[in-house]
Amino acid sequence: MTPPLLDVQHLTVVFEGPRAALTAVDDVSFQIAQGETLGLVGESGSGKSVTAFAILRLLQPPGRINGGRVFFDGRDLLALSEREMRAIRGARISLIFQEPMTALNPVMRVGDQIAEALRVHGLATGAEAQNRAVELLRAVRIADAERRVRDYPHQLSGGMRQRVMIAIALACQPPLVIADEPTTALDVTIQAQVLELLRELKAQYRLAVLLITHDFGVIAEMADRVAVMYKGALVEQGPVRQILRAPAHDYTRSLLAAIPGGRR
Amino acid sequence: MRPLLDVRHLVKHFVRKQGLFRAPSIVKAVDGVSFAIEEGEMFGLVGESGSGKSTTGRCILRLIEPSSGEVLFRGDNVLEFSRPRMRLARRDMQIVFQDPYSSLNPRMRVGDIVEEPLVIHKLGTKAERRARVAELFALVGLEADHLARYPHEFSGGQRQRIGIARALALNPALIIADEAVSALDVSIQAQVVRLMVELKDRLKLTYLFIAHDLRLVENICTRVAVMYLGKIVETGETRALFARPAHPYTRALLSAVPVLDPDTPRQRLELDPDAFDRDAPLREIAAGHWAAV
Repeated sequence: MTPPLLDVQHLTVVFEGPRAALTAVDDVSFQIAQGETLGLVGESGSGKSVTAFAILRLLQPPGRINGGRVFFDGRDLLALSEREMRAIRGARISLIFQEPMTALNPVMRVGDQIAEALRVHGLATGAEAQNRAVELLRAVRIADAERRVRDYPHQLSGGMRQRVMIAIALACQPPLVIADEPTTALDVTIQAQVLELLRELKAQYRLAVLLITHDFGVIAEMADRVAVMYKGALVEQGPVRQILRAPAHDYTRSLLAAIPGGRR
Repeated sequence: MRPLLDVRHLVKHFVRKQGLFRAPSIVKAVDGVSFAIEEGEMFGLVGESGSGKSTTGRCILRLIEPSSGEVLFRGDNVLEFSRPRMRLARRDMQIVFQDPYSSLNPRMRVGDIVEEPLVIHKLGTKAERRARVAELFALVGLEADHLARYPHEFSGGQRQRIGIARALALNPALIIADEAVSALDVSIQAQVVRLMVELKDRLKLTYLFIAHDLRLVENICTRVAVMYLGKIVETGETRALFARPAHPYTRALLSAVPVLDPDTPRQRLELDPDAFDRDAPLREIAAGHWAAV
């Protein structure tokens, strides 16, 4: 059996407070195989985004990893130097955020932002990087890509900005993408298009995805397996059909019951 | 029977200046919207961002002055009201906003926030107002000893309850809920929605429920209107409209809503904006079901 692409073992994150430390991620373990999509679902404050940031070692003080191991492609990310970690972020594991308007640089042409990702990781420079940017915009189905590479983020619609984010995330062809609420800020018709695109790209590039969301609808559309997070801990994980049809944990059941028109 | 609220041909055009030498452009945010809400109804107004649903809600209360049209409340056109009469009318028509974080003054104690409408309308003595605030707190499920606290000490769901208590202070007949639960987590959202439905029965309220969440509207609204680019493209009984959507936009919108079962075949319908006439008038395609097709 091939080892999982991402293997998170007993990850614990604490935020030091003036009086006491708060455990934001509490002994969380999960695996993601190559090409697999794991949905990490929970409500605000459950610790799902903190988990993603911890995996990429992007936590800011007072947050810090207090225990556990994160194996990616056989290497323990928590043992790497910051320099080695930088070579992994964006190139081997990339991140798609919820809010493309804040994640994109407002004063840089979108083509240059894609090219920058390639240049930083030494994959392409100059005209080659620019050509690659056009190809990537085409890959995320942006019409008129040759013209759009010269646009600034504010010239694009919300859906297009999110496509640009996805293009940047895919620039270095990483095996793993962490998508943190990738469609939450989008209208439902645009969300449907972006999810469709993600599904196609996933198959095309054999991407593994850690999909962080509060929306079980998005989970049902995208995930192979689901992990449910509540107050920092995983309360349940399993195949998507099992979790949606026969949730074992009370919290999962109540979450599904709260969805309008969802399970009784 | 006369509807409680009758909106007729409501129009709001915003003029956008485009610099010194170019003619200003006109944005038709609300472009001839008509609908009527019966007493005791929960009427859903749905659409995506930019559809004009929030502007419609605000025009009804004249928080934004509409360009033209009529808003009949109990038969009287509120758009013709003088300022004093409008102020009086607002007792009957209240709004609950989306963002519980920005719609409550952070420097006021929540008891004072809920009391403020009573003060503005010079109702009751200090003691009577205090008693009313305590009653309102109980009504929305907050504890009386929270009265002296500030908004930041409350969670999003609690803040939205405070916003609801404030809206109810003057005993309104109509509540305009503008994405009132959109910012909340799903479990909290369910609680606040349950509260709103309970209050409707208990206080005989009528709601205009503005939302982008179709699943939510499908579950709580009796009738619904779908807005697209400033116009209502389809309206009718919620069940009929969701079961047999007639307008291409409604169809595309409904087909985009994620389904909770991974094995349900997806039939995504893309909207082709050129495939229908945007100026087509609404016509009755089945009893009580209207579509601009």
